[in-house]
Amino acid sequence: MPEQQVISAEQVQHLAGLARIALTPDEIQHLVVELGSIVDNVRKVSQVATADVPATSHPIPLSNVFRPDVVGTVLTNEQALSGAPESADGRFKVSAILGEEQ
Amino acid sequence: MSTDLTRLTAAALADLLTTGEVSSVEATRAHLDRISSVDPDLHAFLHVDTDSALRRASEIDQLRADDHEVGALAGVPVAVKDVLCTIGMPSTAGSKILEGWIPPYDATVVARMRSANLVLLGKTNMDEFAMGSSTEYSAYGPTRNPWDRERTPGGSGGGSAAAVGAFEAPFALGSDTGGSIRQPAAFTGTVGVKPTYGGVSRYGAIALASSLDQVGPVSRTVLDAGLLHDVIGGHDPNDATSLPDFWPSFAAAARDGAAEPSLAGVRIGVIRELGGDGFQAGVNQRFTEALALAEAAGAEIVEVSAPHFEYGIAAYYLILPAEASSNLAKFDSVRFGLRVTPEGGGTVEQVMAATREAGFGAEVKRRVILGTYALSAGYYDAYYGSAQKVRTLIQRDFAGAFAEVDVLVSPSAPTTAFGFGEKIDDPLSMYLNDITTIPANLAGIPGMSLPMGLAPEDGLPVGLQIMAPARADVRLYRIGAAIEALFEQKWGHRLLAEAPPVRQHQPVSASHLAPAPGYGTEPDGGTR
Repeated sequence: MPEQQVISAEQVQHLAGLARIALTPDEIQHLVVELGSIVDNVRKVSQVATADVPATSHPIPLSNVFRPDVVGTVLTNEQALSGAPESADGRFKVSAILGEEQ
Repeated sequence: MSTDLTRLTAAALADLLTTGEVSSVEATRAHLDRISSVDPDLHAFLHVDTDSALRRASEIDQLRADDHEVGALAGVPVAVKDVLCTIGMPSTAGSKILEGWIPPYDATVVARMRSANLVLLGKTNMDEFAMGSSTEYSAYGPTRNPWDRERTPGGSGGGSAAAVGAFEAPFALGSDTGGSIRQPAAFTGTVGVKPTYGGVSRYGAIALASSLDQVGPVSRTVLDAGLLHDVIGGHDPNDATSLPDFWPSFAAAARDGAAEPSLAGVRIGVIRELGGDGFQAGVNQRFTEALALAEAAGAEIVEVSAPHFEYGIAAYYLILPAEASSNLAKFDSVRFGLRVTPEGGGTVEQVMAATREAGFGAEVKRRVILGTYALSAGYYDAYYGSAQKVRTLIQRDFAGAFAEVDVLVSPSAPTTAFGFGEKIDDPLSMYLNDITTIPANLAGIPGMSLPMGLAPEDGLPVGLQIMAPARADVRLYRIGAAIEALFEQKWGHRLLAEAPPVRQHQPVSASHLAPAPGYGTEPDGGTR
């Protein structure tokens, strides 16, 4: 096991902010350990990923996948809102977008 | 009718429905009864759609009585993994964040099953968002393995595999991102197929990792898998990664393979890196015997090497979390699913963070954070970029191997079904279990798991994995059906016949769940 921490608690906290998950301090401590051992294992990809190897992003690439530019079968306004936690006037309703300090 | 309809294959049931010896209502009710009897203990289903299933069955019976063209599988019941969107049924992907969500549209594969007049029984349990290899990460509690209630059925599609293995449904749909169809098939003595990437539409499948996910059939026989694959497969303009290819009938290929179970002229490659040390002794033993069986049937066995497979898990556990962290961003507390407002309110961002904290389970959080890390500036090239290069190397390994052989084989999983809690506190050990199945997803090629016996040390099923080049799914069905037939000749029965009886609850008849007596027998009952 590596002595040095692979990922710090501050890093996990920062990543949780980027991922919009309000982790508890306890969860962060667990993730420091778990992600540490996972990252330590997965970093071996760089051993064989030399500059001459092209990257594959899609297993079976297709190109120019277009459809005719006509209106397809789409959801009605009612259907689109049917699963929303809150809606008003035919739109999704959310709480304040800006905090008080803005 | 004295036959237990739940013991029949989908193909046999379809024949009885076609000749009119059995009605769809009878077949559907038999499976619903079985579910009420065994599922309180197994927990393969998250939702059972009793009323709608019986109503639809009665409609199909009426259509058939009226001489409508209903299709070869009309009236056969089927179960659906909860990762697939279904109108009228909750679709949660095993997550609390989608609890009770009823989609306004059907996944293409679901719509195709409805068009083929299959009867949808309900939704099967799974690891949350298909992240897991044991179904223990379902937010609604784990599924038990029909062979041993103290063990997991594998995952993520443990619900579909257990449902089919315990005769709650003749076949089911699954999804396979890193083995979620094939590994549960191995753990439950059933059959599962991950088609070629793009061979089956992903439209309406709640995405985990879009460059790896593929929907496929779960069944008790290779033929039944082929029948279902024929229904769900083919081009879908709603999925931009759907292949425009023409696909042959996989059921026909399975029938051919079983009719003359010879492997003369077939070159079978054994991947040196997927077996031996680190694999359970009984798994290696049954695999060796399977190779001998194939050789005796005329196959030529060739050892091949895939030197980059050892980097497969590492690449997979970078690519998957990266894509998942992006796909799961849609769970934002605005458009569907859960919303949790922090005490005293908050901005939309704070609501989002509180919702995702409350709605996601531990494994989902782990992978989303890992994926966010792998995609962050400064790490992207070293992790995600390198993982994509490994993907190229693994594709080259496959290309080299398939230049020499027709199909590749390996054990479907390194072990038999493991017990509850054995790996749940050690995510890495859970990940390492996927070594055999992940390469096919990284390369986009098709793979099948079928039973090859029981491990002597624990009496649990062992799966044989067969892989074919991209777009050559038909080889899996022809060769898989031949091997299945050879095994059944050797054993004198199907492997599932050896499964111990599952725990039954006090006999409950579905009649108490069903509509009033006579339902579905009215002359115009439910027809359109």
